[in-house]
Amino acid sequence: MSTATAGALFVLSLVAALAVAYRFLGDYMHRVVTGTKHNVLERTVYKLIGVNPAAEQSWGSYARSLLAFSAVSLLGLYALLRLQDFVRLGGGADFAAGVNERMWPHLAWNTATSFTTNTNWQAYSGESTMTHFVQAAGLAVQNFVSAAVGMAVAVALVRGFARSRTDKLGNFWVDLTRITVRILLPISAMAAILLIAGGVVQHWGDGTLVSTLTGGQQHITGGLVASQEAIKDLGTNGGGFYNVNSAHPFENPTAWTNWLEIFLLLCIPFALPRVFGRMVGDNRQGYAIAAVMGILAIAGIALTNAFELGGAGTVPQAIGAAMEGKEVRFGVSNSATFAAATTLTSTGSVNSFHDSYTALGGMMPMINMLLGEIAPGGVGAGLYGMLVVAVITVFVAGLMVGRTPEYVGKKISAREIKFASLYFLVTPALVLIGVAAALATGNWKTQANVGPHGFSEVLYAFASASNNNGSAFAGITVNTPWWDTALGLAMLLGRFVPIILVLGLAGSLAAQKPVPVSAGTLPTHKPLFIGMVAGVAVILVALTFLPALALGPLAEGLR
Amino acid sequence: MRLPSWIAQHTAAVRALLVFTVLTGLAYPLAILGVAQLPGLRDHADGSIVQADGKPVGSALIGQLFTDADGNPVARYFQSRPSAAGDGYNTDSTAASNLGPESVEDTLGPDGRQSLLTQVCARSKAVGQLENVDGRRPFCTDDGVGAVLRVFHTEGLTGAVTRVVSVNQGCPAKPFVAAYEGVPVECAQPGEDYSRGVLVPIRGGAPAHPAVPPDAVAASASGLDPHISVAYARLQAPRVARERGLPLPRVQQLIDEHTTGRVLGFMGEPGVNVLRLNLALDRLPG
Repeated sequence: MSTATAGALFVLSLVAALAVAYRFLGDYMHRVVTGTKHNVLERTVYKLIGVNPAAEQSWGSYARSLLAFSAVSLLGLYALLRLQDFVRLGGGADFAAGVNERMWPHLAWNTATSFTTNTNWQAYSGESTMTHFVQAAGLAVQNFVSAAVGMAVAVALVRGFARSRTDKLGNFWVDLTRITVRILLPISAMAAILLIAGGVVQHWGDGTLVSTLTGGQQHITGGLVASQEAIKDLGTNGGGFYNVNSAHPFENPTAWTNWLEIFLLLCIPFALPRVFGRMVGDNRQGYAIAAVMGILAIAGIALTNAFELGGAGTVPQAIGAAMEGKEVRFGVSNSATFAAATTLTSTGSVNSFHDSYTALGGMMPMINMLLGEIAPGGVGAGLYGMLVVAVITVFVAGLMVGRTPEYVGKKISAREIKFASLYFLVTPALVLIGVAAALATGNWKTQANVGPHGFSEVLYAFASASNNNGSAFAGITVNTPWWDTALGLAMLLGRFVPIILVLGLAGSLAAQKPVPVSAGTLPTHKPLFIGMVAGVAVILVALTFLPALALGPLAEGLR
Repeated sequence: MRLPSWIAQHTAAVRALLVFTVLTGLAYPLAILGVAQLPGLRDHADGSIVQADGKPVGSALIGQLFTDADGNPVARYFQSRPSAAGDGYNTDSTAASNLGPESVEDTLGPDGRQSLLTQVCARSKAVGQLENVDGRRPFCTDDGVGAVLRVFHTEGLTGAVTRVVSVNQGCPAKPFVAAYEGVPVECAQPGEDYSRGVLVPIRGGAPAHPAVPPDAVAASASGLDPHISVAYARLQAPRVARERGLPLPRVQQLIDEHTTGRVLGFMGEPGVNVLRLNLALDRLPG
């Protein structure tokens, strides 16, 4: 079987598995977020937190709870990182002769922001900087709760569509708890055990020091990797236990664990439209949203594969394949598929190094991120991002035919459009202002490559941070006070400003009375609308970022 | 006394963080650690350690160097792929090269830095010599650096060619081509700024499918790749057979035994686990 055929089958098998997940995981998640019966564990959690699970919140109150929780998370993680020099628990970090990479304040700020915002940008190197304790009790905790926060926001927005004449959007603490306890924890536990069966380590200690066949020394590292790996993918977080992330044989040992990890990072984002469809009482709306995500995702995966298998560029031509920065067990095609999947979602874990991709192959992850990570996007963040695009699409369609735009029974008036368009201005502003600032202040000079590729490293860094992805053109050195601070701000604003706008939109929608379907209603479940949403998403990105892409990957690839 | 709501909000947040830290940061990983102690999982969870003569010699999943103290390949062992992890296969500083597809120009001199192209060319030449095959590749000079010119024109990017430098060949090296568009090619002087010339990689006459396979000249993503391609293993078989005094078919049979195909026929790519293959060679009687 040729590499291209095998690679296509790999993608098709993922599509089939995701179709099953859409139905069953989607229905299960629907029960979780709409259920009102709480189990013992959940009731204990509510009691310990001190909240009444029956008390629902307005959008403002929901947002304040969410922001308070995220602020406390950020401060708590910052403290834990700064204190790890004094509290050394478990192996890791201090095994190497002296810790040469310390958690300085700027790095701790960057890392704490990174994990609370579901970005998992890593300016540190896991194996030399972090103790096992901090990875498990600090970073992995944020992997769970930051994912749950994203899903909670999506659910609140869907409640805004589904409910009428109310200011209640649910209870943040209940959503956080139920999503973590009933969705993220059980799936992670199952995935972690499967990963161990594949060879991923789960070891509380310094590992094993061995003498190699030719008499050298090698440190076989330990760590609580499997438990962290599972939620890293499932929660579309992406922060690797080790520096080389899912390329490390202890994080991703075989071709089938690679398949499993790609499935994990796509399954919740692709199943959430089902929750949307069921909650608004029309499954076809869910199918339509999933279809837009699917079309954009398959296009992204196919193009990345085509460019990488094509192997254009001087060095790939000299090598004979785009094998630099890729592992033999994954090969070119499955690496490209992972790269597309990790940037179509907000994951940012990598099993190959995007910096060494062909010029156009490396542009695809950038485009995927700049699309706003909506196809299917991060857990929760993908759904609410896509719903905002749908709102903009009905507005554009309404302008074209001269009707008041409506979406799933709600009027899209000036107030909703203000929230939606502000949402769409946040990340482009952060990316472009960030890149301009790096260039103007001379901080771009930490790049590893020269010419257009060096510019691509800077563009990639801000695209990744502002969209809460976390992958990188990793040659660039970003552990400097300027980069740590600037990217930390991009991550923070790129996460929470859109969240506030989405919750505002949700509040505004929930307060409306429903609009009955009439002959003038644009059907939002038909192929025409699906095509329009995909078109609007692509055009918005193309208009915004084409000039920047022309300076980087296009200049490099179209010589 | 009732707390103001903004403070109450934060006490709830602090409590929630503590509760979820206990639940997802301690209980969950420790429960998985417990499950990992089950027979069948424990060996994997501890790092798939491989033993020889009762001593641990590595992990079945982690590649290692098969070189002597000076870094030269030990000829009786199959060699791993190039690695960017520290000095090679250093598990405490895993890394990829992160050099791009147009990293073609070296910085010459004592603080110089090799471009990715030159690294590829040098590796190909070295592997070619070790295995007694043609190490030439497209865009490489015969002396194992990137075949790249800086071409100066009268009008900057256009116009007649005024000067041509082979930028990766420091003087007194002999340029890989004598002349370009009628202008003699110079060797490069370290430290001199050639950035005003146009960068022109020259493909040259090397075969389209070089004898040395791609994975032998490209560094892996992790720097710890335990596998090499089947092609690279077959390339090394005659040398290993000769060094060990084994018939070539026996070595080729061992390669086949240690080749893992695609999972279910379509996932990933075939590869040969180098440590396991070398261990199997060491275990052969005689």
